[in-house]
Formats: sequence, structure tokens, C-alpha cells
Amino acid sequence: MVKAYIPVLLLMGFVVMNAVLMLGLSALTLRSRPTPDKQIPYESGITPLGNARERFSVKFYMVAMLFIIFDIETVFMIPWGAHYKQLSCSAPLVNGSCATANVSFFGLGEMLVFMAILLVGYIYVWKKGALQWD
Amino acid sequence: MSELLLLQVANPQVVASSTGVFLIATLVKMLVVFTLYMVGVALLTLAERKISAWIQDRHGPNRVGPHGLLQPAADGLKNIMKEETYPDAAYKPLFILAPAMAFLPALTAWAVIPFASPLPTRWGLIPMVVADLPIGFLFILALTSLGVYGIVLAGWSSNNKYSLLGGLRSSAQMVSYEIAMGLSTIPVLLLAGNVTLSVIIDQQAHGLYNILNLTIAFFIFMVAAFAETNRLPFDLPEAESELIAGYHTEYSAMKFSFFFIAEYANMVTASALMATLFFGGWDIPISGWENAAPYTVLKTVATAAMFAAKVMFFIFVFMWIRWTLPRFRYDQLMSLGWKFMLPLALGYIVVIASVMLGLDASGIEYGPLYGLALFGVNLALVMILFVMVDHGRIISPAYGRLDPRELEKLRAMRQRSTLARRPDARAPVGPPKAARVTGGTP
Repeated sequence: MVKAYIPVLLLMGFVVMNAVLMLGLSALTLRSRPTPDKQIPYESGITPLGNARERFSVKFYMVAMLFIIFDIETVFMIPWGAHYKQLSCSAPLVNGSCATANVSFFGLGEMLVFMAILLVGYIYVWKKGALQWD
Repeated sequence: MSELLLLQVANPQVVASSTGVFLIATLVKMLVVFTLYMVGVALLTLAERKISAWIQDRHGPNRVGPHGLLQPAADGLKNIMKEETYPDAAYKPLFILAPAMAFLPALTAWAVIPFASPLPTRWGLIPMVVADLPIGFLFILALTSLGVYGIVLAGWSSNNKYSLLGGLRSSAQMVSYEIAMGLSTIPVLLLAGNVTLSVIIDQQAHGLYNILNLTIAFFIFMVAAFAETNRLPFDLPEAESELIAGYHTEYSAMKFSFFFIAEYANMVTASALMATLFFGGWDIPISGWENAAPYTVLKTVATAAMFAAKVMFFIFVFMWIRWTLPRFRYDQLMSLGWKFMLPLALGYIVVIASVMLGLDASGIEYGPLYGLALFGVNLALVMILFVMVDHGRIISPAYGRLDPRELEKLRAMRQRSTLARRPDARAPVGPPKAARVTGGTP
């Protein structure tokens, strides 16, 4: 099981090495002649007013929070999806398929309950205007 | 005993089990695919310019090398030699780290995508995937969502208002569409019963491709993939008419290249994922020859070519759409993601799960017939969705909102201009005019 992950580590190491090499190469051939004018943030040629680290719209925080809720819900659905065939069969699967007599509503019913609870939250968020962007 | 061991190792139809072979094969596959990826990304920058030129009826780059083929090399060299500047007020550590953080996940995510049928060698069968992880494409979902860090940190650390806005927009957009993307893959899991991509390919090879089984899931996935890769019509993070260049305004030279490489690598990965999840991956349609037991080198080569063709087609679609559709407005983008795609994906999961239950209860085994039944359901759903529910509100042709009389005027104008451009249309106009001139001066 652990063996399967070794290639990923190898690949990550290799990509990091590549990144460092390319940045290093460009640093070696670097011709750095900084002037005060060059180091002003480029804002369409207009001298920047103040700092960029200012307050920004609360909408972005809202989206981030909603994302966490709905993304966790997606994560809950993935194992359900992968095991759905077994969940909708009251007997163990034979060759990955279920005998007609054993088909059960259990898997779908559970997910419908989960989705119904979620839907209440979704409608609440929608009606509160959290999804409205203007 | 040693003879038996040798025999076992030498059987080309059994998956190689020795750790040494595994490591060497991994290294070789990794280097080959990584090189292909980097060269492919370089050529894609050229392909994009060539295709845009073709669509806009001009030549595109054609000075460096034959047909401009050496243009990417020239661009790369220029980017290495360029002077790097950064704003004084930038937060240096993150400013330098951010391009690398965009680069790393983009070039690691492809590791789990199988690209050909297993290759028989004297040391055993080698599966043609760099890392055959049991978590399958969850790995890709995890890594592509890491890509948002590079963009946000680049936007924040530049200390430029446009960069900051680009970074924020990008993060909000990517997280919004990630939900739709995650939900659209769940019907695929329902059918395959597994998250490993090789199993998903196998499932499609034994029935119909998922584009027919799960048409609407593919539609959602594709739109979400466009938004995730920040491509037009969802390129709000770098909308040049409003934000200069968005999150990479302050980047130059190699660091800018990193963002560029990451964007194209993400595009290739998204195309490969679309091909794998919905178009059968390396499977050659209909034949059924390439996934039968005795694997040969020919089969590996043919399936790799098939996979490359599918991926290239989707890359072409990415570029085609970029030069065809205008950019969304930001509030349209967010409401499309949250108010349309999310409920659509959720509803679709319920429908597919119910239909599967119904098909199981009626005793239909998984196979072409099962797929056809699902396809029928999909056709009905597409009709309901586009004709009844949507009714031209969200998904409509570009002329959908025009006044019909204005539209007629535009059509007439286009007809006139095509007539004028055709050489044979102009020819008959010439002689009578000339005759009139000569006739006027006897």
C-alpha cells in the first residue's frame, strides 16, 4: 500500500528540483539594475496611492465559508458514491452486481435524508442573499 | 528454486512484483512523461497562438524556425535572460515562493492518470501510469485545489491593488467551481464503484462511455474545469481590460513563466481528466481488442496514441472556446456556479442513483443496454433542462437577447458582405459597367 505512494514522492522531489534549477538558472543570468521607478507597483502608469493591504469586500469571506460547508458535503458523498452498489443491495454483491430480489432503497434513502438537510441550509443561504453578488 | 524465480520474473503477462523493477520502471515513466509534459506545454503556447491566428484569419508566429516551431524555445530563452523586477513593498519570501507553489501541484497532478494499456516486458507487466494510487482521482482533486495558494499568495505578496483583486477573484472562483466539479464526478463513482482511474476506464470499456451514460455530469465537469484553470470565458483573475494582468502583474522573467507553465499544465491535466472520466481514457472505441488479456507492445503504442488524440482534442476545445466566447461578468460567474451548477449537480446525483436502482431492480446487467437506458434518461433530462427549465435564460446563443428586427438587419449585412467578398459575384458586375462607359462616349 505504501509502495504505491513512492512514485508521487519521487515526482514531487523531481518537480521541486526542476523549479529550483530553473529559478537558479535565471538568477545566474540575472541582470539586476533596479531603479526607484521600476520598483513602484505597476498600476497603469499612475503613481499608486496608499498601500494595497486594505480592507476588501466581505463577499470573499462569505464564499470561503460557504465553500467549506459544501465541500465537506462533497467529501461525504464520495465514499457513498463509491459504495453505492453495495449499499443498495441487501446481500453481498456477486460479480459486482446485485440479484433483482435483493435490491434495496437503503443507500438512496440515506443520501436523500442527507441532501434534504443540506437543502434546507442551501435555501436559507440563498434567501438570506449570501449567494447574491452585486 | 532459482529457475522458478527466474521464470516468474520473466513472464511478461503478470504484473511485475519486484521492488527494483518497480522503482526503475517508475523512474523511466516519470522522466518520459515529465519531458513530454514540458515539451507539450511549450508547444501549447505556440499552438494557442497559431490556433488564435487561424480563428482570427491571420498568420500567427512564423519567423522563428519553420512555421514558427522554434518560437517556444526563443520565448523560454528570453524569459531566462530577462531582468527581474519586483515592487519595493512586496513581501519577498512569499513573492518568490508563490510561482513555485503554482508550479508544483500543476506538474504533479497528472501522476495518477493512466495513459496506455499495460506494457509487457521481460521483467513482467508494467502498468502505464506513474503512480497507481488507490485514492485515484481524489489525488487530482486535492492537488488542483492546492493550486489556488500560489495564485492567492502571488496576488497578496505583490502589494499591488490589481494583483490583490486578481488573487481574491481567483480564489473565490476556484473554490466555487470546485464544489460543482467534485459533485459532477460523483455519478462517475456511482457507476464505477471505485475512485481508481484504471477501474473507471475499465467500466467504460465494458459498457458505453460516460459521455453517453452521464452527459450532464460531463457538461458540469467541463464548465467547472474551464473555471478551475482560469481559462476564458472564466478568466476573471487576469481580465486584462480591468485588472492589467491580475495576480501576475508584478511578475517578470522566469517567475512569470512558472505561472504560464502552470496554467497550461493545468489545462492538459483537465483535458486528460475529461478524456479519462468521460471518454474512456486510453480505450479505443468499439474494437475491444486492446483491453483483452495478451498485452503487446503494439497495443500499448496504439492506446497511447488514442489517449493523446483524445487529450489533444480537449485542449483544442479549450482554445477554440477561448477565441469564441466573451468573458463573463463576475456576478454572472458566481451565480452560475452557486445557483445553477450546484443544484443541478445535486439533482443529477439523485436522478442517476434512482435510475441505477430502477435498472438493478429490473434485472438489467451492466453493459451496452444499461448504458443505452441511461443515455435515454440523459436525453430526456437535457431536453427538460435546456428547453423547459432554462428556457434560454442562462444557456442561450449569443443572439438570444437581441431584438428580432436588429437580428434580421445583422443577417442581411452579413449576407451582403459575403456576396461582395466572393470573386465570381463581382465578375458579372464589371462588363456592364464598362459597356456603359464606352456607350457614353461614342
